[in-house]
Amino acid sequence: MAIDVDTNERTAAPAAALSFDNISMVFPDGTHALEDVSFSCVPGTFTTVVGPSGCGKSTLLKIASGLLEESAGSVQVERDRVGYVFQDATLLPWRNVLRNVELLAELNGVSKAERKEKAMTAIETVGLAGFEGHHPKRLSGGMKMRVSLARALVRDPSVFLFDEPFGALDEITRERLNDEVQQLFADKAFAGLFITHSISEAVYMSTQVLVMSARPGRIIDRFDIPFAYPRTPDLRFTPEFAKLSGDISRSLRGGHS
Amino acid sequence: MTLTESAPDDTTIVSSSTSTIVDDTSTSDTSTRKGSGVGRFVGSLGPPAITFAAIIGLWYAITYLLLEERRRFLLPPPHEVFDTGIYSFGSGEWGNNLGDSIQGTLLTGRAALVGLIIACIIGFTVAIMMSQSKYVERALYPYAVVIQVIPILALVPLIGFWWGFNFRSRVIACVLIALFPIIANTLFGLKSTEQGHHDLFTLAGASRWTRLTKLQLPAALPAIFTGLRIAAGGSVIGAIVGDFFFRRGEPGIGRLLDNYAKDLQTADLFVAVILSSILGIVFFVVIGFIANRLLRSWHESEGTAT
Repeated sequence: MAIDVDTNERTAAPAAALSFDNISMVFPDGTHALEDVSFSCVPGTFTTVVGPSGCGKSTLLKIASGLLEESAGSVQVERDRVGYVFQDATLLPWRNVLRNVELLAELNGVSKAERKEKAMTAIETVGLAGFEGHHPKRLSGGMKMRVSLARALVRDPSVFLFDEPFGALDEITRERLNDEVQQLFADKAFAGLFITHSISEAVYMSTQVLVMSARPGRIIDRFDIPFAYPRTPDLRFTPEFAKLSGDISRSLRGGHS
Repeated sequence: MTLTESAPDDTTIVSSSTSTIVDDTSTSDTSTRKGSGVGRFVGSLGPPAITFAAIIGLWYAITYLLLEERRRFLLPPPHEVFDTGIYSFGSGEWGNNLGDSIQGTLLTGRAALVGLIIACIIGFTVAIMMSQSKYVERALYPYAVVIQVIPILALVPLIGFWWGFNFRSRVIACVLIALFPIIANTLFGLKSTEQGHHDLFTLAGASRWTRLTKLQLPAALPAIFTGLRIAAGGSVIGAIVGDFFFRRGEPGIGRLLDNYAKDLQTADLFVAVILSSILGIVFFVVIGFIANRLLRSWHESEGTAT
């Protein structure tokens, strides 16, 4: 299903799956990571946050998922339907693919038969059918990331958090996984929140791109990305794509804000 | 093999399933090429066999070239050791003291095994408690170190006073030697779980117990086995040392060693030394085997997955 983002989602005013209200974060060691961040993610939107290294992008996801508690402000989210894809695949090396994908359901006490069924569906969705019995040691980087995706999918997430998940992969694998995440997004219509260093990845994936300042991180700019889904790799070479990328890049460098 | 065909993308499968690897020490990198049976044998057993031959050669050289005839009792040649100590082809008789030595070795092995098992039970419990509470760790760890640094010989009289000079004290000597490596390595393993894995369990709201059993303990297994290997060697040494001092009851191999040395029965002494090394090797190999069974499918330290 194609989601037409041109129709302004705010007119329909659907409930946000995740919203940050005036979030600030100061770590115990005094590091001021986030300053007054507010935005929300509605199901069917894909938000990407770009910003310089160390600006607190990952901190934002940790707050959203409950791994960290904000210093000020509030977060609204349905915690047990948060899918979180980390920078590393973080698979348990002693578990095979199936048992890794089952993990979160297992920890939440889902019955054996049910979690196996869910896990198998998720494994098929990410294109790893036939690899259930493999241990992570035998998988490539891209495949490990797919397992990680499948593991998050088992929770049937209403919010999907991605913390620079493909940064360590080669470009071809990365683009392919971008397309697959996009496909998932189109099918499941979750609210996506994606962190990346790559402007091109940000524009390609998202319905909106938020630009963050250096520490303490603030949202300094917001770009709506109007392209309809499904997007194809050729989109990257259109003038509109280049113009948006240029605007975002300028904003990142501080020329726009 | 169908794996590579159904691989969806960048999927290079790090797998050796195209070639059967029997011995992973000699063929780790060139696993695509199958060696012939003989080649593989030479590859795996050749080097140690050459070393063995060299040692025997050196032994003969020392006996016949270095020692004068009247001092040759210090190091009788290998064939004489075999003849007197193990089996004489001339008379068709087994060595006089061979039976005693084997029995002694088995008894010492039993002390070492019982000691190791007790050390495991105490060591795992203590390490798990330490991993769950910084407070417990601070309270106990210094004393674990103390057990490690007190020379076992300094404790021998005390152990003897308290528990008698018998089998039980030999076991206690083993426990004292084996305990620290188990505690230290298990604790290290339990504490070195990756932060990302911890985050994952936090996301799922896992309890302390779940985190321990499903995350920390499996992650600690490689370190636990490192500790076990050290502890097993230590336990065997503890048992032999214990034999020397806790001499009541059936003699262990350590006490026999002592006796043979005092009576200048060099051949029997050698056999006893060999038997005690075999005991150590058996402990080491058995633990290596269990480690391989448990870890090979996922951990880099244990060869190739099947």
